[in-house]
Amino acid sequence: MATPKPRVKLPKSAAAGEVITIKTLISHEMESGQRKDKDGNTIPRKIINKFTCEFNGAPVFSCDIDPAVSANPYFEFNAKVNEGGTFKFTWVDDDGSVYTDEQKIDVK
Amino acid sequence: MRNKFAAVAFGVAMASAALSPATADPVDEKLVIDDVEIVSRAKAPEGLPFDEVLSGWLYREAETRALEEDSFENPGMLAVERGEEVWNTVDGSQGKSCASCHNDAAETMKGIAANYPKWDVDAKRPINIELQIDKCRIENMGAEAYKFNAEEQVALTTYIKHQSLGAPVSLDLTQGELQSWWDRGKDVYYTRTGQLNLACASCHEANAGKMIRADHLSQGQANGFPTYRLKDGLVSLHQRFRGCVRDTRAETPKAFSDDLMALELYVTWRGTGLAVETPAVRH
Repeated sequence: MATPKPRVKLPKSAAAGEVITIKTLISHEMESGQRKDKDGNTIPRKIINKFTCEFNGAPVFSCDIDPAVSANPYFEFNAKVNEGGTFKFTWVDDDGSVYTDEQKIDVK
Repeated sequence: MRNKFAAVAFGVAMASAALSPATADPVDEKLVIDDVEIVSRAKAPEGLPFDEVLSGWLYREAETRALEEDSFENPGMLAVERGEEVWNTVDGSQGKSCASCHNDAAETMKGIAANYPKWDVDAKRPINIELQIDKCRIENMGAEAYKFNAEEQVALTTYIKHQSLGAPVSLDLTQGELQSWWDRGKDVYYTRTGQLNLACASCHEANAGKMIRADHLSQGQANGFPTYRLKDGLVSLHQRFRGCVRDTRAETPKAFSDDLMALELYVTWRGTGLAVETPAVRH
């Protein structure tokens, strides 16, 4: 399986006070820990267990993720932007890896 | 007495509802992927009983259609990204990747897949993208052919076909003996097989637009393959052929066998003029 790759889509600019839609997706197998391999051994759980979004350091959205969430978890949410700045996105893997992405937005 | 009449009237209403044909026509919408409109309806090539050939996209639910219209939301795009990795990965004894010879696929593979299957002069049979990849791997990379439906094979095929997104399907049947393979494919298409005694045409020609239980039958076009199916992820064309044949309870032909290559040629031709949609999103 390829290395998890985060992807984020949001507008490059917005009007002050506008509510924008943010779409996020990370490629990840989300192995639930419930399956067994050919020899009957449990395949260890390996999922993204936490996702957060911050804007200029302030929390915007966060959630814990459980094994029932399917592969390549996709989150779409809205945020109101009053000033320009940077969105920071963080995905935390069971193995301790942290995947991040940043996107700037201009406010006119 | 009144109650009895009401019951009779209700019974009649139920019966007429059950008897009316379960039609669910394709929608009258334009397919726009990332703000670029691509052809999802085209004049049918001569010899088809349809006036128009229609992309399977027109037969899907609004939510499914929306997934294909935004390449960010299209789950098949993950395979395109994976295919790009495979494209750039060195494999085989010659130390080459696809990119070593073909450089940037965005330029060298643009529009290519819209003209496949082609005639393979060496093998004297039609060749599709999967077999072309295998040929390249064996002859130029010193690598082995992929096992059918290997993850890399599907991803790389998706990546290569995606470079033709929007290009209209157009086959040159004058190459080699393609015309006789087209005839054979037509035979396969119209031959009823299996315990259910169904031909491809029974569903995708005679009953396109109708419901078969919970499934909305499309014309069965090949222009969006490999396609992302909501129920089982990325599906290659020959996997879909095999699944369809299995569902008629017939013996399932091998992928890339003569029968299925002839069928791929013929079914692809039936979609002449439709834009390549790889990776399409279907249910």
